[in-house]
Amino acid sequence: MSAVVDPPFAANALPPGDAACCFHCGLPLAGVGYPVKVDGVLQDTCCRGCQAVAQTIVDHGLESYYRHRSAPAERREAVPDLVARLRPYDLTEVQQGFVRASAPGEKEAALLLEGITCGACVWLIEQRLAALEGVRGVEINYAARRARVRWDERRTRLSAILRAVAELGYGAQPYDSARSDDAQRRERRTLLWRLFVAGFGMMQVMMYAVPAYVADGDMSADIGQLMRLASLVLTAPVMLWSAVPFYAGAWRELSSARVGMDVPVAIGILVAFVASVHATFSGGREVYFDSVTMFIFLLLGARYLEMTARARAVQSQEQLAALTPAVAERLDRFPAPTRREEVPVALLKPGDHLVLRPGAAIPADGEVVEGESAVDESLLTGEARPIAKRAGDALTGGAVNLHGPLTMRVDRVGQDTVLAGIVRLMDRAQTEKPAIAQLADKVARWFVAALLALTVLVALAWCAIDPSRALWIAVALLVVSCPCALSLATPAALTAATGTLHRLGVLVTRGHALETLAGATHFVFDKTGTLTLGRMTLIGVIPVAAEERERCLALAARLEACSEHPIGRAIVAASRLGTDQGATVSDVRNVPGRGLEGRVDGRRLRIGTPEFVAELNGTPPPEELLFASDDVTVAALGDERGWLALFTLGDPPRGNARLVVHELEAMGKTVCVLSGDRRVSVEHLARELGIGIARGDATPQDKLEFVRALQVQGAVVAMVGDGVNDAPVLAQAQVSAALASGTQLAQASADMVLMSQQLDALLAAVRVARQTRRVIRQNLTWAALYNAIALPLAALGHVTPLIAAIGMSLSSLAVVANALRLLRPAPAPMRSRAPHPRVAAA
Amino acid sequence: MDILYLLIPLSVILVFAIGAVFWWAVTSGQFDDLEGPAQRVLMDDDQPGAGGVERR
Repeated sequence: MSAVVDPPFAANALPPGDAACCFHCGLPLAGVGYPVKVDGVLQDTCCRGCQAVAQTIVDHGLESYYRHRSAPAERREAVPDLVARLRPYDLTEVQQGFVRASAPGEKEAALLLEGITCGACVWLIEQRLAALEGVRGVEINYAARRARVRWDERRTRLSAILRAVAELGYGAQPYDSARSDDAQRRERRTLLWRLFVAGFGMMQVMMYAVPAYVADGDMSADIGQLMRLASLVLTAPVMLWSAVPFYAGAWRELSSARVGMDVPVAIGILVAFVASVHATFSGGREVYFDSVTMFIFLLLGARYLEMTARARAVQSQEQLAALTPAVAERLDRFPAPTRREEVPVALLKPGDHLVLRPGAAIPADGEVVEGESAVDESLLTGEARPIAKRAGDALTGGAVNLHGPLTMRVDRVGQDTVLAGIVRLMDRAQTEKPAIAQLADKVARWFVAALLALTVLVALAWCAIDPSRALWIAVALLVVSCPCALSLATPAALTAATGTLHRLGVLVTRGHALETLAGATHFVFDKTGTLTLGRMTLIGVIPVAAEERERCLALAARLEACSEHPIGRAIVAASRLGTDQGATVSDVRNVPGRGLEGRVDGRRLRIGTPEFVAELNGTPPPEELLFASDDVTVAALGDERGWLALFTLGDPPRGNARLVVHELEAMGKTVCVLSGDRRVSVEHLARELGIGIARGDATPQDKLEFVRALQVQGAVVAMVGDGVNDAPVLAQAQVSAALASGTQLAQASADMVLMSQQLDALLAAVRVARQTRRVIRQNLTWAALYNAIALPLAALGHVTPLIAAIGMSLSSLAVVANALRLLRPAPAPMRSRAPHPRVAAA
Repeated sequence: MDILYLLIPLSVILVFAIGAVFWWAVTSGQFDDLEGPAQRVLMDDDQPGAGGVERR
């Protein structure tokens, strides 16, 4: 590594937090034991996953990532069998949806990136992929977290690319860009182009108009005429191209007999333009070209801001694809199969028989015909506790098979599966989303209707008094009362606020989110993964024999070293085992639903449910077992002679959950927790965090009912969740937030994504939302005031084109300047002083 | 002030020319990602020769 300028903090751009935090992901260290040498300094990481990722980064010479990043990385579990899992992505059938041939021998794929927390992450991925053999080009869109990769099919494969990204600790999910992305990109580009034409036209036309104002009659008629002609030539494209959205909108409104914002705008600019053209060719007194172009530019600017504030929601179908595997192993005949074949999941039919390996995701709904295992159904219940399955039990597509191989018969595929049903619930809730009528919209509609009426009245009045001025006064009235300030009031504020929140780690994906959040009365939280870390963690080790804690933990960890079970992984994570440390482990046998048995250094041990361990040694269980409270899981360790230790495991709440609940209640909001987990666990957590209302054992449908019941009473519900089972209710709540560590489906259906692992980003969002609402109200008040002054002046004939242009621009500038106040970061959320989640404490 | 008879039409032509340039910029994706390049610039300085991710 070449010498670099001494960084302010030892090899890490982040300020030193607690000494006991993982160097890579910033989460508290459970125990020392996963060191990585970065820039010559030995740093500690919290788990094998972080250690592997950090080591990969160092090995590829990408350490400057740590020096430049502005946010800790996202912690990702080390995925076993990565290579095998990614291999299906090389099959042509699987690649059909998202890979295209961009040149002979070259392919291009669009990927969705997960786990990006700051700009340095993008740099890291780009550098790594660019260095891969065979990769021709990488383009990463930081704002959208999308990547386009082009590679030479002869020298490398898609699975190698995906693996490189996964080894760095990020997720890459291929997706079909043609459906969601391209249309939006085109729309954005077209609007940007229209905006430019209008803006440039406006600037040029103003340059021709100013001499006319300044000369004050001193300019020769010829030159004056030339300038008017030039203005006309430059205004024409603006009128014919940039203003088209207004004509289209006005047409739509007129044909459905409503009056909206577009009708007076269209009328105003058309009347002003035609009158100005007429004046140019017949030697009239005033032309309004500059006002017309400025008008169009400002209004289009407002629309553009609105569109950028309204970021995209990725299609739910793509999210669904991320949960089900790409290929499945099918048996050609059952019960006497002759061969197995790999088929893409899209081609499965009801009646097919599949083999499910341990660790594999289940591709479709069906029933177990052979085998015994345990399945992780957290996608339905939110609970990570595995559920035992044997012949005759039902299986749900998307759940993960944990222990042993299963043979299943497919009953429902594709759109008929439970998962697809959840997505449909979510889509429907999305379209029926109670539309919070935007304050500005309501005011604007009333205003423009009044304005049109007033214009007609004033024109008629002047026809009676001095007909030659009637038309001009009507035009002046329409122009000066520009709804620009009104249109800009909300989008400008929202764009500024969205930008600020982005920097604070909150991604606002739907435009209305901030305004609704400011008015939210109830905050409903999911439990697993939202209020808690979502992982089973070791809480305590209770030795019951002569052996000490450390030894028991080490024995248990060695036994569970290769286990995929959440309990096994929790024990391994909490122990101080490095990658391999010598002890001989043999004869490991897994009994699904009960535990593991094996030999460590020749000693026969069992770890698992107390009954399972009791069978080995035949002695009665230790009395400490009786004191275990209801909400913890207890695993026992014993050998042939007796009991060795009890392990208590659970899902501890996030560090600042209690703080967030407290702050929300201090703001006057009602906090609830709603979960599919057992009622006892949910109530226990509610008591611990001080939450008043708790509901457990809730299915996705129950959650929907709960929120609907609140909404019927007039509550504005903000929902915070992370799992697939939360997706429909996230769509149903008036405003919702998902955690970035949650599923893609939840993130797609939520209105905001909390990028950091901390819940206090939610508090920052609420504070900024309130500030935004205040600014929007101020802007609207100013717009109203301005119009109240300008309209009478125009009606009385005191407004010249110059005054109209100045008035319009000043009022719009004032509104935008006020909105820019939101760019100043809100007061930093308090870092929790609460102790870190209890781990491995005796 | 006769020069204005030349300058004003010339400026109109120039406006259209600049418009064409901007049209190219928009359609070739220059405005698609406004935050990424800003972040990337900060990091490439340290490693001479690491600039750019396009290579044949």
